[in-house]
Amino acid sequence: MNGLLFDVAHLLAGTLVLLSFMLLYQDRMFALLNVFALHAFVLSLSVGWQAFIQDAPHLYVTAAIALVFKAIVIPVALRRIVLRLRIHHMIETVVGIGPTMLLGMGLVALSILVMLPVTSGTDVLAREDLAFALSVVLLGLLTMVSRRNAVSQVIGFMSLENGLVLAATGAKGMPLVVEISVAFSILIAFIVIGIFLFRIRERFDTVDVHALEMFRGDRP
Amino acid sequence: MIDLGTFASDSVLAVPAAAAAVLALLPGYRVSARLNVFASLLTFAAALTLLFARPEPGLYLIVDDVNVIFIVLNTLVAFTTAMFSASYIAHELETGRLTPTFLRFYHAMYQILMFAMNLALIANNVGLMWVAVEIATLTTVLMVGIYRTPEALEAAWKYFILGSVGIALALFGTILIYLAARSVVGEGLQAMAWNVLVREAGGFDPALLNLAFVFLLLGYGTKVGLAPLHAWLPDAHAEGPTPISAVLSGLLLNVALFALLRFKMVIAANAHAVAPGPLLVSMGLASVVFAAFMLYRRRDIKRLFAYSSIEHMGIIAFAFGMGGPLANFAGLLHMTMHSLTKSAIFFSVGHIAQVKGTQKIADIRGLTESHPVLGWGLVVGVVAIVGMPPFGIFMSEFLLVTSTFARQPWLAVVLVLGLLVGLGALFLRLNGLAFGAPQGSTAPVQASHVPMFVHLGLVLIAGLYLPPPLVAWFQHVAGLLGQ
Amino acid sequence: MAVILDLLVQGVQMSLVLLLAPLLTGFVRKIKARLLRKQGPSVFQPYRDLLRLVRKESVLAENASWLFRAAPYLIFAGIWVAAALVPMFATGLIFSGSADLIAIVALLGSARFFLALAGLDVGTSFGGIGSSREMMIASLAEPAMIMIVFTVSLLARSTELSTIAQFMLSPSVGLRVSLGLALVALMIVALAENARIPVDNPATHLELTMVHEAMVLEYSGRHLAMIEIASYLQLLVYLSLLGCVFVPWGMAASGAGAAAYAVGAATYMAKLAVGGFLLAMFETAIAKMRVFRVPEFLGAALMLGLLATLLLFVSRGT
Repeated sequence: MNGLLFDVAHLLAGTLVLLSFMLLYQDRMFALLNVFALHAFVLSLSVGWQAFIQDAPHLYVTAAIALVFKAIVIPVALRRIVLRLRIHHMIETVVGIGPTMLLGMGLVALSILVMLPVTSGTDVLAREDLAFALSVVLLGLLTMVSRRNAVSQVIGFMSLENGLVLAATGAKGMPLVVEISVAFSILIAFIVIGIFLFRIRERFDTVDVHALEMFRGDRP
Repeated sequence: MIDLGTFASDSVLAVPAAAAAVLALLPGYRVSARLNVFASLLTFAAALTLLFARPEPGLYLIVDDVNVIFIVLNTLVAFTTAMFSASYIAHELETGRLTPTFLRFYHAMYQILMFAMNLALIANNVGLMWVAVEIATLTTVLMVGIYRTPEALEAAWKYFILGSVGIALALFGTILIYLAARSVVGEGLQAMAWNVLVREAGGFDPALLNLAFVFLLLGYGTKVGLAPLHAWLPDAHAEGPTPISAVLSGLLLNVALFALLRFKMVIAANAHAVAPGPLLVSMGLASVVFAAFMLYRRRDIKRLFAYSSIEHMGIIAFAFGMGGPLANFAGLLHMTMHSLTKSAIFFSVGHIAQVKGTQKIADIRGLTESHPVLGWGLVVGVVAIVGMPPFGIFMSEFLLVTSTFARQPWLAVVLVLGLLVGLGALFLRLNGLAFGAPQGSTAPVQASHVPMFVHLGLVLIAGLYLPPPLVAWFQHVAGLLGQ
Repeated sequence: MAVILDLLVQGVQMSLVLLLAPLLTGFVRKIKARLLRKQGPSVFQPYRDLLRLVRKESVLAENASWLFRAAPYLIFAGIWVAAALVPMFATGLIFSGSADLIAIVALLGSARFFLALAGLDVGTSFGGIGSSREMMIASLAEPAMIMIVFTVSLLARSTELSTIAQFMLSPSVGLRVSLGLALVALMIVALAENARIPVDNPATHLELTMVHEAMVLEYSGRHLAMIEIASYLQLLVYLSLLGCVFVPWGMAASGAGAAAYAVGAATYMAKLAVGGFLLAMFETAIAKMRVFRVPEFLGAALMLGLLATLLLFVSRGT
């Protein structure tokens, strides 16, 4: 494996992890959307590079889907939704930035510790890909957990999906079936998100999910 | 001459898909409801055919010993639920809780859900199964939120978030399984096929399999509703329309558990992988005990039975965690019996909630006097679900407890404790619901009770006499499931 | 004979840094002024400032202790030694065996320690403010620096700066994301340690906004001259570190001829000029942060350093 080829893949995947960290501390809606768009863009670059290294032309399709859908269409549409819901002025109280970052570091270390020994049989590229992918997934989960705004939670979930796409492309030779399906489900999920965000805003005049807790049925 | 097996397996998928397309366009309620029932009947017939004629295992679809009974069960419950839904939704239309525009949506989603569940059951590709489970999750999320009340939206949002996270973790586990298989089988579709995976699992990397199973358990376990991943379940059951509660409890939980079973078979075929037993046992027991205690404080009737579903899923997970021929048999039997009984209970609860106009337990009393058929149906259903003889659930629970007692007495004690606590809670609530002076509206219910009777009848028959072919099938699959 | 030559070269470096440091600061100030469309003071003004200060009488407060009088010399000594150790135009100098990155960090750290103590010594409130803010910044900048040291040392398999520079020159370094992260982190730490915008404004006269300047408010005369040249040297040290580790091309190898040394010196001056120019541009373009935001800024450096170290474990070779 040529050193430079590996280094570029490593660079792109490492940048993806770095962007996941950046998602953690954004407290303004537009900044969050922009970082997410960048996240998806770096993902598409990474997938495209994998397509080049693995000589797998069908991965170019996945890269294109990631670029068009997740880097362009979804951020633009979410931007419109944010403007319509009039929450772009909102500054979100992100829970304890310092502890969250340290926790994020811990998660990255954990995923490296877990994935490296387990994948000792496979080639170096797949190993680093999977370790980074798991880090991105866990960081996306952390983003979802530390947020109160419904739109931010959705963005956290989408960054989690980006990590999954990274993992799927790292697993060399995985058939296109799954890739198209992942893209398809992104679309469906987005429709659902759109419907829900509007319904939540209609009913509660806010997308703060803590407001939803008042209506949690059956409080004993 | 078309191969009957291939035709049947294709129709099990094609009929719901086509019905969904048609139902999305039909405006009238009566016609839609009838078409819904008819399409479900056709699917059930196709599934029955699969008992006799199976297609050759392909790269995408497979009908083998493990999933053939599940597909029949799935389509049967889908059919009876469609019948229940026909009368239930008519009432919702009258009271104005559901507008006609949503009806097309509802019926189309129902058939898409059936399509997805059938696909998940007969898929031979791990990724395809994942996609099917994801589609099923998304359709149920949309349907849980269909009433658009604040509570319904909260339930649907919670379900969506938790379900999506679970699905994502399950995908990661799937990728890891593919990686494990790739080094032995090579790249491409055959590294994702169930039959190939089970056959070749002996040579997979054990560490990779262990890690994969953890992710899969977390992911699909969320969809099964095992504690502590169950948070979405009570709300989703309580806030959605009752046919959806019946389908969730009776079918979707089973499909998720089926996925876990398939993976357990793969792990079991590898001698060096850590046995998934202890994890399943602990999660199962935790679910049983937790749900049993939570049953006492419930004030909403659908939520009560939702927690009962969590308890039973815990029992099934415990059974498969214990492993061995007896416990596996008990688990499989319990899956079938629970599916039938719980949906029967939801059938009666649905009509009860409609006629009384409320889901609060405190406001529903004396059902056996005001609505004898529904009331006694509920009584029979609850008696069946808590595991009293002569119903089928008693058989499976008895088998499980005795086999566990022989191997791990302390676990059996905890299990029995949980079961008894749950029994107490349900009987306590049943007492208030069914007996005493009637409260609330006493208007008659114009609905068909056939679905409820069919299910309860089947459970009773199974409890008294389990047909030998069925026993043989259960034993065979129990053997395949390993330790 | 060879030893004498080596000592001579090392001596050249030690005096070179002393000569260049005020010039660098003067250059940065000139560029900043020009960017603001002002004439600005001459680039040799810092030399004149130092001369003026040395000739003035040193006024001490009544309750100043021995520490107050000794601190400027200690600070100057620590930073000058650190400057002497960082390879600037040549690797493999005679003292380079002690040119351990951790030792350099420790020297700079002790200089900062004495400065903070001196700020507290006389008991004025502004000195206290300066010292406590300086320590808050240090509590984040030090770990970040250590993380950067770890990253670079793990890659080069040594903490000696000469070895690190030679590793960076070799083709085996490749394109590493960890190095990129470490570079950004080092730049942030350098800004913080040198009391530059956005952490601290070196030209401010408002005491409540000061960090570094507040600690030296009580100094005058030759003591102040020592502290001033120490801060000029510190800027030089950090820019040289950045150049030595991340932009090592042009440095003469050990034992090369005088021509190679000359080339090394020329490239070194060019690197300083570029670094100074970039610093001036950055300071002009950005505003000073409020003090409570500084930990976030430095926290980012710490995170980048941690991430850089972690990512090394997933890359090839380590």
